[in-house]
Amino acid sequence: MNTIPAPTIEYGTLAPLLLIFGMAVIGVLVEAFAPRYLRRSIHLPLTLVGLIGAFALVVWQVAKTGVPTSAVAMGAVAVDGPALFIWGVIIVLAFVSVLLINDEDHFVASAAAVPGSSDEEEAEREGFAHTEIYPLVLFAVGGMMLFPASNDLLVMFVALEVMSLPLYLMCGLARRRRLLSQEASLKYFLLGAFSSAFFLYGTALIYGYAGSVELAKISTALATGALLDPLLLVGLALLGVGLMFKIGAAPFQAWKPDVYQGAPTPITALMASGVLVAAVGAVLRVFWVALGNMDWDWRPVMWGVAALTMLVGAVLAITQTEIKRMLAYSSIAHAGFLLIGVMATYDSADGNSKSLSAILFYLLVYGFTTVGAFAVVTMVRDAGGEAGHLSRWAGLGKRSPLLAGTFAFFLLAFAGIPLTSGFFGKYAVFAAALGSGNETGDSLGGWMAGIVVVGVIASAIAAFFYVRVIVLMFFSEPAADGPTVVAPSFSLQFVIGVAMAVTVIAGVFPQPILDIARDAASGLFIR
Amino acid sequence: MENPAQILGNTAGGVIGFSWLMIALPLVGAAILLIGGRRTNKWGHLLGVAMSLGAFVVAVLALVQLLGLDPEQRRQAVHLYEFIPGMVDMGLLVDQLSISFALLITGVGSLIHIYSIGYMSHDPERRRFFAYLNLFVAAMLLLVLADNYVGLFIGWEGVGLASYLLIGFWYFKPSAAVAAKKAFIVNRVGDFGLLVGMFVMWTTFGTLSFAGLGDATIEQNGTVTAIGLLLLLGACGKSAQLPLQSWLLDAMEGPTPVSALIHAATMVTAGVYLVVRSGAFFFPLGSTAALVAGIVGTATLLAGAIIGCAKDDIKKGLAGSTMSQIGYMMLGAAFGPVGYAFAIGHLITHGFFKADMFLGAGSVMHAMNDEVDMRKYGGLFSKMKVTAITFIIGYLAIIGFPLLSGYFTKDGIIETAIEHNPVMGWLAVAGAGLTGFYMSRMIFMTFFGKARWDKDAHPHESPAVMTVPLIILSIGAIGLGAFLVLGGRLYQWLAPAVGGARDFVPAFHPFSVPGLSTLALVAVGVVIAWFKYGKAEVPVTAPRGSFLTTFARRDLYGDALNESLFMRPGQWLTRLAVFFDNRGIDGLVNGLAATIGGSSGRLRRVQTGFARTYALSILFGAALLTGALLLVGNL
Repeated sequence: MNTIPAPTIEYGTLAPLLLIFGMAVIGVLVEAFAPRYLRRSIHLPLTLVGLIGAFALVVWQVAKTGVPTSAVAMGAVAVDGPALFIWGVIIVLAFVSVLLINDEDHFVASAAAVPGSSDEEEAEREGFAHTEIYPLVLFAVGGMMLFPASNDLLVMFVALEVMSLPLYLMCGLARRRRLLSQEASLKYFLLGAFSSAFFLYGTALIYGYAGSVELAKISTALATGALLDPLLLVGLALLGVGLMFKIGAAPFQAWKPDVYQGAPTPITALMASGVLVAAVGAVLRVFWVALGNMDWDWRPVMWGVAALTMLVGAVLAITQTEIKRMLAYSSIAHAGFLLIGVMATYDSADGNSKSLSAILFYLLVYGFTTVGAFAVVTMVRDAGGEAGHLSRWAGLGKRSPLLAGTFAFFLLAFAGIPLTSGFFGKYAVFAAALGSGNETGDSLGGWMAGIVVVGVIASAIAAFFYVRVIVLMFFSEPAADGPTVVAPSFSLQFVIGVAMAVTVIAGVFPQPILDIARDAASGLFIR
Repeated sequence: MENPAQILGNTAGGVIGFSWLMIALPLVGAAILLIGGRRTNKWGHLLGVAMSLGAFVVAVLALVQLLGLDPEQRRQAVHLYEFIPGMVDMGLLVDQLSISFALLITGVGSLIHIYSIGYMSHDPERRRFFAYLNLFVAAMLLLVLADNYVGLFIGWEGVGLASYLLIGFWYFKPSAAVAAKKAFIVNRVGDFGLLVGMFVMWTTFGTLSFAGLGDATIEQNGTVTAIGLLLLLGACGKSAQLPLQSWLLDAMEGPTPVSALIHAATMVTAGVYLVVRSGAFFFPLGSTAALVAGIVGTATLLAGAIIGCAKDDIKKGLAGSTMSQIGYMMLGAAFGPVGYAFAIGHLITHGFFKADMFLGAGSVMHAMNDEVDMRKYGGLFSKMKVTAITFIIGYLAIIGFPLLSGYFTKDGIIETAIEHNPVMGWLAVAGAGLTGFYMSRMIFMTFFGKARWDKDAHPHESPAVMTVPLIILSIGAIGLGAFLVLGGRLYQWLAPAVGGARDFVPAFHPFSVPGLSTLALVAVGVVIAWFKYGKAEVPVTAPRGSFLTTFARRDLYGDALNESLFMRPGQWLTRLAVFFDNRGIDGLVNGLAATIGGSSGRLRRVQTGFARTYALSILFGAALLTGALLLVGNL
């Protein structure tokens, strides 16, 4: 009789991931056994301690044992330099997002109650709260961490779902404008499921071609097999659809504005920062590790996707009148900028690690600026919740100069103005792309300069709507019945302070962060 | 030749390793005072003084450490961080040249900070004034300490900003606001030159650091000359040299300590620093760029002196003299390492005696209800003895009275000039004669003769917080020149930094023909002034004067020239541009904006809000991607 060999699991290496999932499970137990009035006060420390612990484990691993040189868990998970960097970034972003989530009553008392019904009123009167949000966040964060670290397509698919399912749920939990929130949740779920199907089908086709779902084996198959096999090309396209959907690249971006607008703002902050970081990490791993040997084929197509994404994001943002929708389109444009970095592949490992470090730096600074911007959005309130319409922000600079100044600074960072982090992010990515095009025999050659030009044009268009908000805040007369600005709690101040600090430091004194990104990228991805 | 930019000491330790504190301290001071706002009103000026003094202490300690090193090792690099990856490393270069400037800036700067406590005591905005002063000190120190042109340029723009803010400090006075704007705009022209010079430098040599340029082989060809001339344009703007001199006279609208610190002692000498620092690369002895620098210097030293002869406003008279003296420095900077040493020497002594006289003028104004017209002074000597005596010491120094500091440094420049280019040299001698005339005129009109005061003027000596800095500065005005020049002390100290031979003592011949003729001409100038303004009575209203006087009073028609050459054509050009802008460009831009906005509006309709439409677009995108990949794959 055959015995099934027990898989070897490197618990030490996977410890950060396991800690997050473990804390999430304990959170579920708390939800089941702790009395209602105690839950929140147990969940918050539990969640924060879990995140801090995971971050400490990441740091400890880098400092003590060093970066692993081979994939763990029977080759299913690759905890390499870029993965550890991304883990660190995601954990810190999740930490500040949790503070944001905990800050105010952003969430509905009872999600099952029909909006406007007496059930809803009763739930609110009773002071119910969906404390499940904390374990849900931890599950999502666990998924985000596994997603860019998975070393085979099936694990990646599982991670994708672990990341997405809690987010679908949390999107529907907004306390105010609940119908919009529920609509966002449903749309995100439907479209997410749709795109997952593409991902899975693509995986199946590639398995058909390579005989394996492991990224390393796909790469080997490409090195020896025929590159023109329709099985491979179609599989690649469908796999790409699933991934491009997650980062919100055009033409798969349609969900982003609706979902970002409808979701409770702290959840939007988590999605716009953490999910983007995780998804770009996954895109990099799939395209560079598994498909690196056929970059002649996918780079031209990605050229088109990146150009379209940047232009669609920048152009459509112009006519937005809702602040969160505008930030959603801005996020689409930034996904396009990041794709320029993904395309910037070199023949040499040195060149590749330069591109990779540029992307990692970009992800870090963009993530923090995004969380900061959404944190500011939560502070500007009307009677019916956040004052989303841009016209309500008119003259805010006169009434709350500090808040408006902070927001203006984040917007300038998005626009990539020098002395903000956004400038160095864009500079690094564009420089990597130009360098890649200048390599002799590069498949895109001058086209890489072309995409940088498109990127600069998109930046110029984008600068228009960022600056428009600044003009609106500082040079318009405030409305008589303008929105109120809530006095920020300590944790909110902390969140904005951290975001501001990263944005300023990475803009004025980027060297330490660039160094960390360079070290993380130096070994590239392990196979 | 020695490579002057080769860094000998590597990343420095000791106090020099902390020399960034010199910049950081006043910068933090400025930040606290500006951000703290009114809350810091009570102690703001004290913080400003403390920060400036702190920077001075660091500079002195760094000097001590530098002196303790072997002369070979006195170029210390302090690497700070990578500023623009792969292009500019931000670092400081502490060497003989930069530390000399740092000492002048922090030393004279601290004295002027202290003086301002008294001078600005009645101003409700005193804190803001000290914030700007601190900002200036920080920027100026960055300018001289940076080890590359980008850092220098940041400091350069920083001092420009501080100068703008301080000239327009009393912005409610239209004349001050206009003067500030004028200074800013004229400086833009020069800054543009510096910037383009840096661009060309980068494309030609691929480096912007002094060390990198030192390692490069620089042949004197057209490109290098062009870089030199562009840098010189920048220097002309900042140092008020012809043809960009017109802003300096108007800049006297600022509070007097500002005129003393920024528009006499330090900022206006930045151009000389730039030329000397770049000397080995772009202004070597005999090069075209150096020749042009010499011509500019000579022309300016004469123009400034002529302007100084006709001004009745005491500060404008001093401003003309500043122009003239910087002209001397620029002239010196045209003649290689020996010239550099005398130029820097004159710069340092000038920093002392000119600051002394400006602050003295401020003290007089303080006593005379802010009157600046010298025709309404007279006979002030007995009323304010300390001010008068210190002012007269500064005066004797500037006209080159034997054994006072100006005597040594100016004579050095003149002798060097005559050795290399007699025409320029003798014109400089003539300028010295003019200096004797206009400075004596100022002294006689202000401190001697009959009192011509307004009825409500009650002149009195200023408080100690103002007179003590005057005394300290006048001590520098007496002795510094002999200390620096005799035995070639300054030259040998600076030689490694500017690329001169170290075992050489520049000649100093007080009894040579040029030296004696200078003295004689100065004496003639003083005597003429005595007859016209000392002995004879000075009318309270200015007489119409000859054509020449009008010429000088109108700043040699510099403004008229600027107006007809640049302003009017500029206005026409802007009108023309506005016309084309409205009709042509705006049409294009608005059209473009409308296109983008319109496509945004149209594209927006795709965002229907229906999940089915979105799903369809995903399907469509998937088909597109698949098709594209198959196409690319089969190409």
